[in-house]
Amino acid sequence: MRLSQLLALAWKESRTARRRLLLYMSSISLGVAALVAIDSFASNTQRSVREQARALLGGDISLSSRQPLPKGLTAALDSLRAEGVGIADVTTFTSMALVERTGRTRLAQIRGVTPGYPFYGEILTRPTGEWARLQSGRYALVDPALLLAVDGHVGDTLALGFARFIVIGTLTSVPGDVGVASAIGPRVYIPARYVDETSLLLFGSRSDRETLLKLPASLPPQRFLFRFKTRLDSAQVRARTVAETEFNLTQAIDQLRDFLSVIGLVALLLGGIGVASGVNAFVMRKIDTVAILRCLGATSRQVLAIYLIQAVAMGFLGAAFGALLGIGIQLLLPRVLADFLPVDVRISLDSNAVLTGMLVGVWVALVFALRPLVALRNVSPLQTLRRESDAAALRGARFDPVRVLVALTVVLSIAALGVARADTVQQGLGFAAGIGVAVGFLYLTAAALSISARRVVRPNWPFVLRQGVAALYRPGNQTRSVVLALGFGVFLMSTIYQVQQNLLRTVSVKLDASRANVLFFDVQGDQGAPLDSLIRAKGSLVVQRTPMVPMKISSINGVPAAQLLTDSANGRRRRPGWVVRREFRSTYRDSLMAAEKVTGGAFHTGGTRAPALPAVSVDKGLARDLLLSLGDTIVWDVQSVLVPTRVTSFREVNWTRFEPNFFVVFESRALENAPKQFVVLADVRGDTAVAKLQRDVVTQFPNVASLDLTLIQQTVGKVLGKVTAAIRFMAALSLALAIPVLFSAVSATRRERLREGVLLKVLGATRRQVGRIMLAEYLLLGALGSLVGVVLSVGGAWGLMHFVFRQPFEPALLPALLVALLMIGIAVSIGMLTGRDVFRETPMAALREA
Amino acid sequence: MLEARQLTKEYRSGDHTLAVLRDVNFVLPDGAFVAIVGPSGSGKTTLLGLLAGLDVPTRGSVWLDGTDLTHLSEDKRAQLRGAKVGFVFQGFQLIPTLTALENVQVPLELRGDDGAPERARDLLTRVGLGDRVHHFPNQLSGGEQQRVAIARAFSNAPRLLFADEPTGNLDSDTGERIVELLLTLNRESGTTIVLVTHDLALARRAQRVIRLADGVVVSDAPTDLALRPVVSSLAG
Repeated sequence: MRLSQLLALAWKESRTARRRLLLYMSSISLGVAALVAIDSFASNTQRSVREQARALLGGDISLSSRQPLPKGLTAALDSLRAEGVGIADVTTFTSMALVERTGRTRLAQIRGVTPGYPFYGEILTRPTGEWARLQSGRYALVDPALLLAVDGHVGDTLALGFARFIVIGTLTSVPGDVGVASAIGPRVYIPARYVDETSLLLFGSRSDRETLLKLPASLPPQRFLFRFKTRLDSAQVRARTVAETEFNLTQAIDQLRDFLSVIGLVALLLGGIGVASGVNAFVMRKIDTVAILRCLGATSRQVLAIYLIQAVAMGFLGAAFGALLGIGIQLLLPRVLADFLPVDVRISLDSNAVLTGMLVGVWVALVFALRPLVALRNVSPLQTLRRESDAAALRGARFDPVRVLVALTVVLSIAALGVARADTVQQGLGFAAGIGVAVGFLYLTAAALSISARRVVRPNWPFVLRQGVAALYRPGNQTRSVVLALGFGVFLMSTIYQVQQNLLRTVSVKLDASRANVLFFDVQGDQGAPLDSLIRAKGSLVVQRTPMVPMKISSINGVPAAQLLTDSANGRRRRPGWVVRREFRSTYRDSLMAAEKVTGGAFHTGGTRAPALPAVSVDKGLARDLLLSLGDTIVWDVQSVLVPTRVTSFREVNWTRFEPNFFVVFESRALENAPKQFVVLADVRGDTAVAKLQRDVVTQFPNVASLDLTLIQQTVGKVLGKVTAAIRFMAALSLALAIPVLFSAVSATRRERLREGVLLKVLGATRRQVGRIMLAEYLLLGALGSLVGVVLSVGGAWGLMHFVFRQPFEPALLPALLVALLMIGIAVSIGMLTGRDVFRETPMAALREA
Repeated sequence: MLEARQLTKEYRSGDHTLAVLRDVNFVLPDGAFVAIVGPSGSGKTTLLGLLAGLDVPTRGSVWLDGTDLTHLSEDKRAQLRGAKVGFVFQGFQLIPTLTALENVQVPLELRGDDGAPERARDLLTRVGLGDRVHHFPNQLSGGEQQRVAIARAFSNAPRLLFADEPTGNLDSDTGERIVELLLTLNRESGTTIVLVTHDLALARRAQRVIRLADGVVVSDAPTDLALRPVVSSLAG
């Protein structure tokens, strides 16, 4: 037979089955759509990052530090101006912004910038062009969110500490800024020369310094770094180049893509299961035709080729539809994620992503279709003379090397897809193994149900129930395929919901746990008591006043900090440099807080006396990084005063609570007299009371910053709202995916159902009885499939929470139950819908069709 | 020439072995028209399946033009069928998704013949369906469907035609016309026809009748001789 004839016959033969086959193949469409959308989006984002990397950094090199750069380094950098190097500085700190006209305040990120900033990229303002005017006076450019919060407008006077600025415009676009960040702390740009005038950078205040360099062609970034490396290192200055920024960002996007890819891949594999079930149904309908073809002289290879061509063609259409859908989705993604993205993503059609998605889709459709298709080789031409049941007609030898090969191809394809999509081979194989475990678990459960149904059924049960249960184990039953499809669908959807519920729960618990709703920080040592009085005078409550002392590590067990960086501690791994060098803000008290748990040693109770060293308790993560053991001595540099201490306990700290938490807690006597700051938590009730108190505090203590936690709660709520919407969208997508898959699974045994139903009607069963038998069967299948899916989802969600989000997990039963009920409903509906011919047809007509 | 030698077919059912056909022997010369008759369950259809190479015997062999079918693979037997064998079934067995013309073309296309459409159209015209070539099976009457099946059976100019109760689903007038058609084609092309039926009136049209009972050939004789005892016993 020539290829053209084969193709023509395949085409002609598919006439009445095309729509059905396409429906089965559409199971893979959503998976392909997900892959195409994710890949296109990631590639567009990465290209945008590459194009905008310089604008994101603002210069060719960024030097950042917590302290002002040492004089020597500044002088050295200044000398570079002669070589044509442009230098601009940004000092960033938080402070209360007060609009005097309205008397309202808001915590803001203040950025003092020198002329020239930024060298690349453009800061857009409304009215336009105001950025160029910023340096010409006491002017400020602010985020619109700030004006909204303080009820201000352009032209208002903004008080920052002791300085006053006129708001000349609002910011409409700042390269590299993520929308969500500005909602938490709106930005205020002021000329750097007025930063000192605000008097906000007092002792212990947090500020970040960044120096941007614009390098001439004669001094490439690498040469600059080579020249300055030693000086930058010793001044603890971090240098970032454009390439590094680009790398970091693309790496983050890669991670996001990997995570989403796994979901896309699961969707695709679920689609594969749908294809397998659907093609199985298709194959059963084709037994008669195959028998005739075999009778007329068709070889098994020709028969297989005819149906393979049909499957590939429909798989291609399914994948193409998916790709189109994916392109549509990727147009929407940047809008949904705009607040989380550091770049303006320019959308363009990524042919690579589309091609890859289509290829993967067609391949998955093909390998999953192969398994049922190869069974067509077993159809004997004898079926034309004596028709057996579908299952018997397709049954082949006990050991069929072709079937083994196909099964192997399916397994290898899943593993290969996992590896290709994951970061590492291990992750990919782990993913494939996870899928294997889930499928194996579902399959075994279905088999167990089939076997136990046979054992439990009793002759004294009502006829309808007996028949319904018998449907689970009789020859050609659909228990395995339906439980697999249903269970996998429930697993996917319930996992998504479980994770969502857990993420939301952890956040809401934290917000509820702290009674306080206003946080004051940067409170200087002598301001602590007067601030307390002010708060109390306003009728509010001080919930907590925590002292904070900035310090650095001087030595551990007698080894100086500088040496710790190179010392590998008896051949063990080295301590990370940033941990040794960083500035710690520690507190002192002699009791544990609610957010802390001792994991080693005993927390100090303030009982030690000199000459014993004062005790410190260290966060267990930090202790691990610093290679600390109980009993070690640490000498701290507190404002040039050396304070020796002994490690007496390790703590686990719940960092996600809205409370001041600390890496190191000192015994009180060690730091009581040290220069300190306070963080004050207050409980302020009443709608306007918070705003009034904030205004009064900022008027009396301009350096003290305060944060309305309710505001944070709202912002977090907004972000979570977006996340929830995205999760709901994904869940809806998996539901949309589960329907064709389930439909395919149920269709597989439709003909058997029809024959049995019709026979029962011939024997005198009413439509109602036949309907109830079907209802009993689908209810049982639906309940079991959903139950197994829910159990699997608890495991899956635990894995995600534990390994990906690193949060505690609590099973969320209500959403799981709702998903299960929904899926049972869908299973029953699809089952009854597929079997509706049994009700519609007369026994005679249906018998003829069956 | 078609020859059955010691043809036996057994099925195992648990511990039991059920012999459906036992030691069947006969030789059918080219151009013969033979009827295989017998009551339900006598093994007629099993014998037809074995003779056509649709199934393999437990013992014995089937020889078609000097080739032992029992030693051929499934696919080789399929190719041999494609080249030399035609079928007409009680249930017509047309492919529902193909038109009449396409159904007739299938055996030709499976062999890779170029002139398939012309030959198929010609055959359909000869069976009186020249104006219904583009109809699908479900748009044709039972008699028309069977005529399409006959056209298809003759499309590859078979040496051997198997007809399994070809009139079983048809009214008597239509059945008569179908038998006439088969006989005409048999005469014109010299095809050997093996007709399986329990319709004695139909069997009477054959030149020779092989009678089966309980899987054993109980008589193999020219039609006149073979059917006389049955007719007389029925009459008596």
